[in-house]
Amino acid sequence: MDSSAHSATDSHTKSMTGADIVINCLNEEKVKFVFGYPGGAVLHIYDALYKQNGFKHILVRHEQAAVHAADAYSRATGDVGVALVTSGPGATNAVTGIATAYMDSIPLVVISGQVPVPAIGMDAFQEVDMVGITRPCVKHNFLVKHVKDIAPTIKKAFFIAKTGRPGPVVVDIPKDITAHIADFIYPKTVEMRSYSPILKGHSGQIKKAVKLLLGAKRPMIYTGGGLVLGNGSAELVRLAKALNFPVTNTLMGLGGYPATDKQFVGMLGMHGSYEANMAMQHCDVLLAVGARFDDRVIGNPKHFSGQKRTIIHIDVDPSSISKRVKVDVPIVGDVQSVLADMVEILAQEENKTTDTADWWDQINEWRGVQSLDYTYSDTVIKPQYVVQKLWEVTNGEAYVTSDVGQHQMWAAQYYKFDKPRRWINSGGLGTMGVGLPYAMGCQFADKHAQVACITGEGSIQMNIQELSTCAQYGLPIKVILLNNRYLGMVRQWQEFFYENRYSESYMDSLPDFVKLAESYGHIGMQITNPADVEGALKEAFARKDKFVFMDFLTDQAENVFPMVENGKGLSEMVLSPLSGSRLKGEQ
Amino acid sequence: MRHIISLLMENEAGALSRVAGLFSARGYNIESLTVAVTEDPTLSRMTIVTTGSDDVIEQIIKQLNKLIDVVKVLDLNDGKHIERELMLVKVKATGVYKDEMKRMCDIFRGRIIDVADNSYTIELTGSCSKLDAFIEAIDRSAILETVRTGASGIGRGDRILKV
Repeated sequence: MDSSAHSATDSHTKSMTGADIVINCLNEEKVKFVFGYPGGAVLHIYDALYKQNGFKHILVRHEQAAVHAADAYSRATGDVGVALVTSGPGATNAVTGIATAYMDSIPLVVISGQVPVPAIGMDAFQEVDMVGITRPCVKHNFLVKHVKDIAPTIKKAFFIAKTGRPGPVVVDIPKDITAHIADFIYPKTVEMRSYSPILKGHSGQIKKAVKLLLGAKRPMIYTGGGLVLGNGSAELVRLAKALNFPVTNTLMGLGGYPATDKQFVGMLGMHGSYEANMAMQHCDVLLAVGARFDDRVIGNPKHFSGQKRTIIHIDVDPSSISKRVKVDVPIVGDVQSVLADMVEILAQEENKTTDTADWWDQINEWRGVQSLDYTYSDTVIKPQYVVQKLWEVTNGEAYVTSDVGQHQMWAAQYYKFDKPRRWINSGGLGTMGVGLPYAMGCQFADKHAQVACITGEGSIQMNIQELSTCAQYGLPIKVILLNNRYLGMVRQWQEFFYENRYSESYMDSLPDFVKLAESYGHIGMQITNPADVEGALKEAFARKDKFVFMDFLTDQAENVFPMVENGKGLSEMVLSPLSGSRLKGEQ
Repeated sequence: MRHIISLLMENEAGALSRVAGLFSARGYNIESLTVAVTEDPTLSRMTIVTTGSDDVIEQIIKQLNKLIDVVKVLDLNDGKHIERELMLVKVKATGVYKDEMKRMCDIFRGRIIDVADNSYTIELTGSCSKLDAFIEAIDRSAILETVRTGASGIGRGDRILKV
């Protein structure tokens, strides 16, 4: 299968089974954790795994959670996440996790068992065409048909997963292959004539970009998940500081620029801050870094393009450039390298003064709207308040995972992330149920860290079985359940766009979450009074060794504001009644 | 606009379905798609005929380049090129059709490659539009069967797509 050249690690090779080769490959890659679930097709691999002590295997309760946990481990550490699942249903259960990682460009290697080679295509027990099923949601995938191909394939899988625009890679291995014997030779390097990501940005384009930035009257820096994944935060901060330009982050990009810094104007997009969206719409020079102008970020692309501005776009993936919005200065390359080049060129410029005083006055006027203000209540818990207090109690240093819905937006709006890789959520696919397994992945990445899973009662029930995994490994995660007894975001849209017809958005028959947590040996708490929120959070985080499930009964009618409705332009936000009353003049 | 895209890809199982899957997943048109191995047995060459605005074509090229198995992509419409397609047409060869089909075949520089009691099979190569023209030119009710390979394309002169 392999036409490229490989050099062997050493000359004294050792014969072993395919299963042992798989294990040895993972150890060669210095994998620390493999999240998985055994089954028929991977029994040889599990037997080999039993006899090694290089990496630790984490037994989840559902394969979807294995992939999510590996995904979060990768997001938190920057390393490639690894999951191991069996054939058939094990493989299909993993698909949601793989698609989630694919949409957010997370480097994963997912090893799936397959029925023995002679049984492929025979509709064998637990057979599914894994390569076929995952093709649209992986960066690449492989079906290994010979034992000698296992090592070079796994080497390639790791290489492909983590280079260029990262993404998940599936390696499907038939059971008989894992019993066959071959010499173990792990290639040192990978050379693929069909795959060579561009890393260094074009110097002419970079110089042009710096000139444009220096000439800007109304500049804006907009960064996404690519900045975080490309480890370019430090370079971006240097650039933004040197220029004194405003910075906004996408949902995926939070933490890429410190949220407590005065140049940060908040998250932009459908539920972005007023100042971020207005500045994005009205800027004259836009520097986009590792972001892709997606529908949740710029709203209606026609409306966005209706305003004239010069766009500079740095991205490692050429296909992300000029996809939804025409770009004037495309720079293909690794964000860290390109930003470092920009900082250097900027330093050599003689005239570095920018004239942005009027622009900052305008931004500060927009800030005056205080679009994230909400009405505090002393009778019912406001979900925003819980997130604000969580930020205070954890000193803004926790790993925060979320599920998908209103709570996700409140987490993104009210927890101020000062560091990259601390905010872990499913931005692209929007997968409910990621929160708890994501928290597991973060806690394995950093066992002493504070890990909070902000979730809703809908989402948490989609992978609630992982409470058992958390018990098995003693993970001291804190679940912050913002329980409004509704599928909140669905309810909000039904209120706004379907005349309050709350079709199937009420979660009836909820479990007693306190008892449920306790049944796994965790601590359960229910908080119903706003006055108890802070104390309860402090109490929970003081229990450094325990998993605490905090069930906050929150305001059922609370909505997420600001909001750019579907099909609307960025500057056509709907504000909360409170912020809306402060708005003077035009939007 | 109609574009002919040529690409070289690793001759591996599943490579074709990656390309076909990309087109269907992203809603791109495929007018025709042909693929076969090249003189280098590790490489396959594919010709895809598609239509789309300039923006769509740009995305198609970028997305094709992103596929791990794809080694090189060339939009033949970026320069001078030649396009050929092979068609086999089985037509009625009874009564007046007997001479008529022979004459049309000659006009279009086709060849009759099979003669049966009541039919001819005509082989015709040319650009897609030439093959279309042949179909237009003959009596539709005389056509028993057609099979077309889809277009293959190659750049003129020094325009070479090679690894």
